[in-house]
Amino acid sequence: MTVALITQPIVRQAGLPRLLAGPPGRRAIGLLEHEETHGPLPLPGLRGRAQRDSADRLIDVIERSGLTGRGGAGFPTGRKLRSVAAQRGRPVVLANGSEGEPASAKDRLLLSRSPHLVLDGISLAAYAVGADRAFLAVHRTEGRLAKRLEAAAEARAAAGIDMIPIELVAIPARYVSSEQSAIVQHLNGGPALPTFSPPRTHERGYNGRPTLVNNAETLAHMALIARHGDQWFRSAGVPGAAGTMLVTVGGAVARPGVYEIEMGTPIGAVLMTAGGLTERPQAILTGGYFGTWLPIEVAWQLPLTHRDLKSVGGALGAGIVVALPDTSCGLAETARVVRYLAGETAGQCGPCVFGLPALADAVADLAYQGEQRSLRQIDMLADLVAGRGACKHPDGATLLVLSALTAFEADAAWHQQRGPCYGIRRPPILPVPGDMADW
Amino acid sequence: MSEILRVNPIACTGHGVCAELLPELIEMDPWGYPIVPRAALTDDILPLARRAVASCPVLALSVQKESH
Repeated sequence: MTVALITQPIVRQAGLPRLLAGPPGRRAIGLLEHEETHGPLPLPGLRGRAQRDSADRLIDVIERSGLTGRGGAGFPTGRKLRSVAAQRGRPVVLANGSEGEPASAKDRLLLSRSPHLVLDGISLAAYAVGADRAFLAVHRTEGRLAKRLEAAAEARAAAGIDMIPIELVAIPARYVSSEQSAIVQHLNGGPALPTFSPPRTHERGYNGRPTLVNNAETLAHMALIARHGDQWFRSAGVPGAAGTMLVTVGGAVARPGVYEIEMGTPIGAVLMTAGGLTERPQAILTGGYFGTWLPIEVAWQLPLTHRDLKSVGGALGAGIVVALPDTSCGLAETARVVRYLAGETAGQCGPCVFGLPALADAVADLAYQGEQRSLRQIDMLADLVAGRGACKHPDGATLLVLSALTAFEADAAWHQQRGPCYGIRRPPILPVPGDMADW
Repeated sequence: MSEILRVNPIACTGHGVCAELLPELIEMDPWGYPIVPRAALTDDILPLARRAVASCPVLALSVQKESH
C-alpha cells in the first residue's frame, strides 16, 4: 500500500537541472546534443608557457567557484588541482566513476545520461594540471555503461575534442576497490585494494607520478564552471556550499531515484522532490553506508551541506538520503549493512578483518536477540576498530553503528529489555548486494 | 617537529614483538594486533621506539614526523 502522507507539488527551481539538463528521456546524450545543450568545450588548447598561464586561470575560476569534491570527502576542488599542478613530475588524471556505495546511483546515472559532461571535465582537469594521461575508472560489471563511454570517447576522438585521449579502466566491483588508492594500485598492476599512506595519491600515484583523483560528478561541475564562470556556479546553493549536487533518495518516498538539488536544500524538501513520503519516517540515513542515521526531528530541517551534517555528527558523503519508515527496525537495518561491510573488507588489516565481523555479530545480537551485553560490546569494539585500518573502511562502519545507537536509543533499550521489536519482520529498506542468498 | 610511532596495518601480521619491547606504549588488541597511540614520542622513549621499529620482523613499524 502506498499512501502519500505529505504531498506537495514539485517546485521547479530556476536554472535547474544543470548536470542533468538535456533533451527529455533517459538515453545517453550524444556529442551534438551535448554541445547544443551546454555549448562547446572551452579548452584553450595552448601549449608551453601559454598553456601554464591559461591553466592557472582555469584553476582560479574553479577555486573561486567554491566547488568541493562530490565523492564524499568534500575537499575544495580548486585547492586539489593547484596542489597536483605544483608537484614535481608530470601529473596524471584519474576520474572515479566507480560507485562502490550500494545506496548510491548518481555517478552511474550521470555517466550513462551525460557522458560528455564528465569527459569534458576530465579534459579540463588534465589541461589544468598539465597531465599527459587521463583515466576514467568504472566497475567491471558495468558492461553497458563501459560501451556507452567507449562510444562517447570515440566520437570525441573523431571530432578532435580532447588534447589527450581518455582511457577507460575497468576495476573490480567491490566496495573497497572504489577507494582512490585501490584504483591507483590497480593501474600500477597490483590488486585493486587500498594502500597505506604516505605516499599520498596526489604526490605519488600512478607510476609514482602526482595523480589527481576526482569523482565523476565533480568533473562534470568543472565542465559547467569552465563554460559559465564561478559566479554562475555560486548562484545555486548557499554561502559556504556552492552549486548543485546529485542525491540518491530512497526508502519511504514515492519516487526513489537520483535528483539534482541545490546545496543547502533541507532534507525534508529533498524528500518532497522525490515525490513525498509514503509512510511516516523515524530516521534518515545520510551519507550512505559510511554515513550516519539521524532522527527525523533532527534531519527534517537540516540543510544538505558538509558543515550542517557535521554539526549533528553526520556526514554528507556522496549524497545519499534514505527515509526509514516508522515500522522498520533501524537496528536490524544497521545489522544487515554492517554484516555486508564486514564481508567487504579488503582482508588486509587485522583490526578490520577480525573487528568488523565481531562488530556485526554484536549489532545482530542486539537487533535479533536483544542480548543484554551487546551495547557494552559494541562500544568496546567501536573503540578497537576505528582508525586502525589503512583505509577508512573500518571507520565508516563504526560511525554508522554508533549513529544507530544514538538515533535508535529507545529502540536499543526496548530490544535489551524485551527482545526484538516487530520491525525486524519487515522487508529490509537498505539495499545490500547479494543478500538474497543470506535470507 | 614531533615524531610519532606508526604501524602499517597492511604489513602487520601480529607477531607482537613491538608490544613485548615497548609495553609502556603498545598494547595488544583481542586479535593480537598492536594498538599504537598517535601521541608524540618523548625523548626518553624515542630510543626504545626505534629499537622496536628495528625489531619488527615484517618492518610494519616506523617512526614518522607528525603530519597534519
